[in-house]
Amino acid sequence: MATTGGGAARPSGSGPDLSGPVLAAAAIFLAGLVCLPIGWIAAFAFSDRGGAPTLGNFVQLAEDPTLSEPLLTTLALSCSVAVAAALAAAPLAWIVARTDMPGRRIARILMTASFVTPPFLGAIAWEILAAPNSGILNRMWRDLSGAADPLFDIYSFGGLVFVITCYTAPYVFVVLANALDRIPADLEDAAGILGAPRWRIVLGITLPLALPALLAGVAVAFLQAMTLFGSPAILAIPAGFHTITTKIYSLFQFPPKPQVAAAAALPLLLVTIALLWLQSRILGRRGYAVIAGKGAEPRPVRLGAWRWPAFALVAAALALPLFLPYAALLKAAFSTLPSAPFDPANLTLAHFAFVFLEFSQTQRAFSNTFVLALATATAGTALALVVAYLVARRTDLAGRSLEFLAMAPIAVPGIVLGVGLFLAYTRGPVVLYGTLWILLLAFLTIELPAAFQQLRASFRGLHPELEEASRILGAGRIETLRRITAPLLRSGVIAGWCLIFVGTVRELSAAVMLSSSATKVLSVVIFDLNESGNLGAIAVIGVTMLVVTFAVVAIANWAGSARGGPRVQPA
Amino acid sequence: MKTTMIAALAAATLAAGAASAQDATYAITPELEAAARREGKLVYYTSIDVKVAEDLAKAFERRFPGIKVHVERNGAERQFSKIGQEYASRIFNVDTVNSSDAAHFVYWKREGWLAPALPEEVKRLYPAGSFDPEGFHAPMRASMSVIAYNTTLVQAADAPRGFRDLLDPKWRGKLVKAHPGYSGTILTATFQIGRDVGWDFLEKLAGQQVMQVQSSTEPPRKVVAGERPVMVDGNEYNVFLEQARGAPIAIVYPAEGTPLIIGPSGVMKNARNPNAARLFHAWSFSLEAQQLAVDAGGLRSLHPGVKEPAGRKPMSEIKLMKDDPVAVDKEVEQIKARYLRHFRT
Repeated sequence: MATTGGGAARPSGSGPDLSGPVLAAAAIFLAGLVCLPIGWIAAFAFSDRGGAPTLGNFVQLAEDPTLSEPLLTTLALSCSVAVAAALAAAPLAWIVARTDMPGRRIARILMTASFVTPPFLGAIAWEILAAPNSGILNRMWRDLSGAADPLFDIYSFGGLVFVITCYTAPYVFVVLANALDRIPADLEDAAGILGAPRWRIVLGITLPLALPALLAGVAVAFLQAMTLFGSPAILAIPAGFHTITTKIYSLFQFPPKPQVAAAAALPLLLVTIALLWLQSRILGRRGYAVIAGKGAEPRPVRLGAWRWPAFALVAAALALPLFLPYAALLKAAFSTLPSAPFDPANLTLAHFAFVFLEFSQTQRAFSNTFVLALATATAGTALALVVAYLVARRTDLAGRSLEFLAMAPIAVPGIVLGVGLFLAYTRGPVVLYGTLWILLLAFLTIELPAAFQQLRASFRGLHPELEEASRILGAGRIETLRRITAPLLRSGVIAGWCLIFVGTVRELSAAVMLSSSATKVLSVVIFDLNESGNLGAIAVIGVTMLVVTFAVVAIANWAGSARGGPRVQPA
Repeated sequence: MKTTMIAALAAATLAAGAASAQDATYAITPELEAAARREGKLVYYTSIDVKVAEDLAKAFERRFPGIKVHVERNGAERQFSKIGQEYASRIFNVDTVNSSDAAHFVYWKREGWLAPALPEEVKRLYPAGSFDPEGFHAPMRASMSVIAYNTTLVQAADAPRGFRDLLDPKWRGKLVKAHPGYSGTILTATFQIGRDVGWDFLEKLAGQQVMQVQSSTEPPRKVVAGERPVMVDGNEYNVFLEQARGAPIAIVYPAEGTPLIIGPSGVMKNARNPNAARLFHAWSFSLEAQQLAVDAGGLRSLHPGVKEPAGRKPMSEIKLMKDDPVAVDKEVEQIKARYLRHFRT
């Protein structure tokens, strides 16, 4: 296979061009990451308990109401969340991106920060807030209104939609706000000059231009709601219903039915692939026309008297995923009864004493979690870097195939991947179950696409001319990478590393399938504690976990920007 | 030649088996202690409330410094699945195990996963018939699954007296119960209630908008928090612990009988820390450990020397349902399937 760059003209001191073999190795590794677990799922889905081929699992899936009902529930849930997230995110994104609302910068940062909150922790916090009888908000409502009925029952289908929306709407918000930033002002100005009123400009110009981004965000909200495990496990079971993810998990109870579980996982995979394909079609057709044209900077809309009502709306929206849940967790961490009205007599440090002095899983779970997060972030960034480099510098079929493989894991939901890896590595020849390696593989697979996207974007902003200049001046490929390319990519690398790190710490759906007793991570420990109702201990572990996460991310950013001078200037 | 070798092997295995059955009884000796100290740690899988389990572990660590107990707490049924998965992958992490579903020991013994280990104190003092004569398991704890109610939300006169009372429309939306797919206590209790009160009761109960939680440790917490005023099932010992904190919760021993939960312990044959496991196992049946489990853990004990704290109704005065682990072992799949059909989760 021919490689780029003339071999004969290569200056002395540079090694042989390794891009061909490296590309092949990367492609094989990436293909293995995705194909192996999926292959096992397919094999199990089409076999009976004895291993003979059958379609019986799918017949059971359709006919057994304890299996078909969760499928329908999940469909309804995902649709509801997608609509709710769009309705919540669209006005917020417009206000923050396109108006002169006070505090819009900080609002944007906070909205992005609510990403970091693991959805399962948010769900537990909302139990403390809105359990129908003991929930803090419902108690306050009863005291204020004298009503007997709760304001809001979190243990219900609506409650589950609400909590999942709280943690997916920010995603739609970010996608949409970024798109609104890029919509040039001239189109809106033209409409304004022609006498269109403000509302017609928003509905007739801004909204259609932002529509691809909105649809893309909605598709992701749908997928997240469909594949989420923690929130339904925490809120749906008490309400008396299953979603497909909690059902898949329960199929591994004794006696385990992995064949049926695999069959139930396949629809998730197919819907995900279909939606991602649709999303790329939508974005591919309409998104770029706007992004390509660099028109006038968008001017913020003057809200006038509406500035402060808009501010209040955004603050209230931020309270739902951020302020209220964190307040509830902090209160639970320090009080004897998490739901009781605040009373200094109920303050206690007992939960901290239990978690850090008595609970024998604390130390191991913290070390497992952060060892895995550091390893996944480092290995994942390195892999994403190599792949993004190859993809950026090769536009041939090999490069495009590699790009597809690096993005493919995005189509595999965490619980599906968990089931696949469980089936692949619990029996011979290679048994990885019970080791941290199987978790590393799972997290690497799940987090790779995000880091790859980040780094691909960084490479796109980096013209090959700089590297070529360095090569012409006599530097080898490696030296060029080290002295030219790497410094220019630093901020992208750090962002990718942090993305993986945060994503790994908050992962539950694959971890719950794959961790054994000795390899438990914090998310699984929290999940276990929730099943026995130890809210105080959960609050302490959850808050500590978030503090450590933020600290690591801050250190990574500080170290990245402190070392080696300015970021964008070549040395 | 091949056949003679197999015969010799078989004879050796038989002899070893016979010897171990004979020698299953053991005491805590300085040799055992020293061997356990060399191992330095043990892994204890249990389904007891996590705080109670850690309290026991810390008491053991104080009694035998230098031997660390790693507690792995899960609902008994979840724990059973986990051990099954780990053993299928040849992961021998667990050294000694305690479960609130006695049927698990029927299964593990049949699978040959347990080591014979009969503490001398158990053989000498515990009621005959309560422990496995071959020493594969013995009752480390006993408790009951009880009805309980929040005393600030329900007047004693209005409280239910038995299971059938819970079908009264006034309890609709006011009940909480734990899950037999997660909790061994609840699986055992569901079997006994189905047998003695009838599955029609459980079917009708499912129409009462019952809040479904997982662990049998949780319903008492939900009642104390006021999330639901009455619990259908849950650990008696967690109610005792809540009462000791002054929480407003009272127990009802149902008129139809109270499900009795025996929680046996055993040592795994493939334990990586066999001596530490045997030491912990033997110690956990001692008067010291049993009294601690009763006083600080709210549990019941089969050790005749244990003194019941004042204020707890003695077991002898409670109408108990009969436990039957052999039947539970046979019917477990049906129990779970029926429960799923009625309660949908």
